Amino acid sequence: MILPFIIIIPLLAAFLITLISGEKDNWAIVLSILAVLSLLILALFSFFTTGDETFIYEMSGWKIPLTICLVQDALSSFMLVIVNLIALTSLMFSISYIRQYSSPWMYYALFMLLITGMNGVIATGDIFNLFVFMEIALFAAYALVAFGSKAEEYEAAFKYAVMGSISSTLILLGVGILYASTSTLTMANIAAELQTVNSQVTYWVAAIFLAGFGLKSAIMPFHAWLPDAHSSAPAPISSMLSGVLIKALGVYAIIRIFYNIFGAPAVFLTLFMVLGSISIIVASYLALGQWDLKRLLAYSSISQIGFILLGLGIGTKLAILGAVFHILNHAIFKSLLFYNAGAVELALGTRDLRKMGNLKGAMPVTTGTSMIATLSVAGLPPFNGFFSKLIIIIAAVQANHIVYAIIAVIGSLLTLAYFIKAQRYGFHGETEITEFRQTISLGMKSAMIILAVLCIVTSLLIIPGIRELTLDPVVTVIMNKTGYIQAVLGR
Amino acid sequence: MTVYVLCFILLLVGLYGALTKRDLIKIILSLSIMGYAVNLMIILFAYRTDGSFAILVKEGSNPNMVDPLPQALILTSIVIELGITAMLVALAIRLFQQYKTFDITKIRRLSG
Amino acid sequence: MKQRDGMTLIVKTVTRISVWLILLYGIYIILHGHLSPGGGFAGGVIIALALLNVMLAYGRQFIDRWVNIGFLHDLESSSAALFLAMGILGMAVGGGFLANFISQGKLFSLLSAGTIPLLNIIISIKVSMGLFVVVWTLSVFHLDKGGKEE
Repeated sequence: MILPFIIIIPLLAAFLITLISGEKDNWAIVLSILAVLSLLILALFSFFTTGDETFIYEMSGWKIPLTICLVQDALSSFMLVIVNLIALTSLMFSISYIRQYSSPWMYYALFMLLITGMNGVIATGDIFNLFVFMEIALFAAYALVAFGSKAEEYEAAFKYAVMGSISSTLILLGVGILYASTSTLTMANIAAELQTVNSQVTYWVAAIFLAGFGLKSAIMPFHAWLPDAHSSAPAPISSMLSGVLIKALGVYAIIRIFYNIFGAPAVFLTLFMVLGSISIIVASYLALGQWDLKRLLAYSSISQIGFILLGLGIGTKLAILGAVFHILNHAIFKSLLFYNAGAVELALGTRDLRKMGNLKGAMPVTTGTSMIATLSVAGLPPFNGFFSKLIIIIAAVQANHIVYAIIAVIGSLLTLAYFIKAQRYGFHGETEITEFRQTISLGMKSAMIILAVLCIVTSLLIIPGIRELTLDPVVTVIMNKTGYIQAVLGR
Repeated sequence: MTVYVLCFILLLVGLYGALTKRDLIKIILSLSIMGYAVNLMIILFAYRTDGSFAILVKEGSNPNMVDPLPQALILTSIVIELGITAMLVALAIRLFQQYKTFDITKIRRLSG
Repeated sequence: MKQRDGMTLIVKTVTRISVWLILLYGIYIILHGHLSPGGGFAGGVIIALALLNVMLAYGRQFIDRWVNIGFLHDLESSSAALFLAMGILGMAVGGGFLANFISQGKLFSLLSAGTIPLLNIIISIKVSMGLFVVVWTLSVFHLDKGGKEE
């Protein structure tokens, strides 16, 4: 029964915020923090109670092929925890950050819509409903990228909106073809019907979906919009976009559709590996040449999505464990890095690494947490990024994909290289910075500290006893090809 | 089959326009064309020759009716397209205010 | 000044007569949404078009004088909240979110189909106000630019 509230709470909060807030943003802050806090509690509750079970919620009291259903299994509650955790820290970071812009209450309303869209995409069991919630999230994302009202931000938002609507149209086309060939929109029914349909249809639809969701998750040939959009948005929004949006709309949808509906066809798994490794290498190489801190982080996101996709493509149990773990880890450390970049931008008024300097003395929290995040993303023990990358590399070796393992190792080394550059110039430079435009508020500091602590704590998830309770059910959901159909349809 | 191919060609026309045109307004129009092509295709999937409205089919009679569900889907997707188009137009107006042009080759403050 | 305030006398006169017919047609579409093609969205768009007709014929200043846009904003948000409230009420009384909880009536009569007509009305308010405010906002953008440039 908690599933509909995952969507109702943020939607209601969004409309209440537009109703009651005037020029002041106090009520908007209170409402949105309350909403996200309750969402996080619900998500954690569902994550720890779901286990291997699957709960179905049928809308409007009708039965499954006729109605929209919401599905809660280990994978969706895992993603819900990530989304709402990052959303909470992002809100904490926003409170003082967003006051530099005009009419901040609009920001909170749009933020709530963004969460509505992502929660909806994760919770839904209906493929057209997935499309609708995706559009809600993207619509809010376009508006939030343009929130700063500067020329660059409008440009990035326009580019993002054009790319986003091309990919949405492709996804709608795929949904239409699926409906025409299976006469149903419920994902589990589609999966059951597809076993009797000509496999040509599956391949065509899968190719269309790969292009559509590939654009959403910015895999390498489809990545052009991401560095602009993610670097132009306000910092808390960059962290939402890079940390969770491309995963909820891109990677999660890819997992659901390619593993649970299409049953992981081997051709596409190979394609995932190829695209993933291209993303890892090329995006890391492009990141090396960036001097804009947020742009560097955005390119890094593409390369880390490549790691996740590589893990999904290898397709063994271990590799998927690594991919799932890396989804969580990347959400945590990339959001943290974007908060650091936002804090530096707020204090110094620049994102250019060459204009930064030694921040160790003046901004100890930012420098310290950015060091932790850097060590995680670069894959050094005992931080979480090390374990997920290590698992993916070991899985690649075990599955006899030696070339991909080498690519992953090279990718990690390149990651280390460009983050050393960012640290060297951005936080430990030669010039001592003495002038600051604004101090970093308590909310921003605590958001950074929470995520930095999580960077270390989440690496505990890999300990066998804890892993069986948390990550293994998620892997089971992904790996079990007929389990999703059985769980939802009850046969 | 021909109508589906024609719809797909319409989709490709829209895609071509969105990717090659240099004018912001033309890009927005091309995106709309793409959306309409897909909408048309889904409506055609539901079409039955000589079918009747679902609401007029009597219970127990031969149900040769047009599938009503895609029409609901299309209505939803039209609403979404309306929202996205409004958003894009607003962004285009703002871009015009900033750059005094609709030409995307001149709107290049962000690099690569 | 006369020119800025909308279009010619012919257009204004025709609009003054036709806008009521358009509004009536929109309301008809909304109220018969559960019986015939149309419904909340289509009818809402027609109502928004009637308002936009007035705006085009009489100019934006006329609208600004007579209508409080903030009120329309509030109407839009509250209708969305009302829709959610109906959904939650369905959850509390009926079987699930948006479930029907009042009598379904006789088939093909105007007062039938449970909560669907109510939801149609709520949606029509949301759509008409939303669409009108969107176009109004875009026209404000236009004036901004005129103010800065000329």
